Amino acid sequence: MNAPLPKRKLKVATTSLAGCFGCHMSFLDIDERILDLVELVEFDRSPITDIKHCSPDCDLGIIEGGVCNAENVHVLHEFRKNCKILIAMGACAINGGLPAQRNSLDIRDILAAVYAQPGRGVHIPNDPEIPLLLNEVHPLHEVVKIDYFLPGCPPSGDAIWKFLTDLLAGRTPTLGHGLIHYD
Amino acid sequence: MSDPKTFFLDEEEIPFEEGQTIIQAALTAGKYIPHLCYHPEFKPHGSCKLCTVRIDSRTVTTEDGQSVKIPGRAAASCTTPAQAGQHVESEVPEILDLRRTLVQMLLVEGNHYCPSCEKSGKCLLQGLAYDLGVMDPHFPQYFSKREVDASHPDILLDLNRCILCELCVRASAEVDKKNVFAISGRGNTKHLICNSESGELGDTNLAATDKAANVCPVGVILHKRHGFEVPYGQRRFDKAPISDNPVQYAPVKEQV
Ligand code: SF4
Ligand code: SF4
Ligand code: FES
Repeated sequence: MNAPLPKRKLKVATTSLAGCFGCHMSFLDIDERILDLVELVEFDRSPITDIKHCSPDCDLGIIEGGVCNAENVHVLHEFRKNCKILIAMGACAINGGLPAQRNSLDIRDILAAVYAQPGRGVHIPNDPEIPLLLNEVHPLHEVVKIDYFLPGCPPSGDAIWKFLTDLLAGRTPTLGHGLIHYD
Repeated sequence: MSDPKTFFLDEEEIPFEEGQTIIQAALTAGKYIPHLCYHPEFKPHGSCKLCTVRIDSRTVTTEDGQSVKIPGRAAASCTTPAQAGQHVESEVPEILDLRRTLVQMLLVEGNHYCPSCEKSGKCLLQGLAYDLGVMDPHFPQYFSKREVDASHPDILLDLNRCILCELCVRASAEVDKKNVFAISGRGNTKHLICNSESGELGDTNLAATDKAANVCPVGVILHKRHGFEVPYGQRRFDKAPISDNPVQYAPVKEQV
């Protein structure tokens, strides 16, 4: 790899909002290359670490999933505030993805159909601990500024690797034929 | 035969016959120009604008000796007749940027959730977006909320993916002679309708073998009980980028 070694390791935070964790699994599909990666980066807040909140000096924030509830909005703002570069990873983060198919339905009808039908429960969960759903699912770039987009559902491990190595080497990430996929 | 006439496409000499449009001559010569609404079997439509090129840009030298490019006019190559000696720019950064923007506009206008679309891997809109390297939607989503029409026994319509190319309208009127489809509404309410009293596809005489049922370049007009038949990795644009093949429609036989 010909990426210039940074003076210090870059701090990378990752999270899943209205995601399925598939993009994180695909990230792990870089397999043993993750050993090369941790030479260059250290992981901050992420589902694969135990860190609860982003350090204020994160270099990279990688986010899978769109925005579907109030907590997603808070986490997204935390990432934007603390990460120099924000990457929307995967179809959900980029255009809402398959979860956004709920946007053609009324949210109250959906919740009632799932939680308040005979045999399925008595009422829609209303404890204030539970974040409220937004009326519609939104892509990340409709809430905060996003610097880079990495398409795919999920992007392949190879696509993620190409993207990150381009970025770490100071190049604008590009995915050529075979790596760029929306599905 | 009189002298063959030629024009220049990105500096390459392209022969043409009188009456041919720029895209027709280019595709005949094996040169790809992106297109969605153009189909060699139908009259040009001019709606998608993906085939836009620049014609006859000039470079002039100013009084202080600087070279300044004066851009020629932008035109849809599917409706513009080829003319001898014309200089046409297609694969230039400015035109590629414009095409990228057009594809982004189409992608946010509909609900293009490719991960669950039966057309994924052989969709011309998607193939074009890949080829142009479209990584982001740029614009906010429109989130269209049109009903799916599943009233027909063999054909399904997901109108949230329609790009209004009118290929189905043209195919039904000109080839099948059935007039099953039409476009209705204005501005962003413009949408595809079925010409039956109920407005449902099931009440038209569309047959699965009709040209109109097999011409849609995207995932709107779908055949029921056929989907996800080609393994990932072996679909059309898995194997080769869209630009590998000058004419997008002719060689593809859709399953019936
Ligand atoms: S029609 Fe094409 S671009 Fe739209 S969802 Fe289907 S595959 Fe994707
Ligand atoms: S249904 Fe398909 S063929 Fe018909 S106008 Fe829409 S995109 Fe074009
Ligand atoms: S192909 Fe020319 S405008 Fe669509």
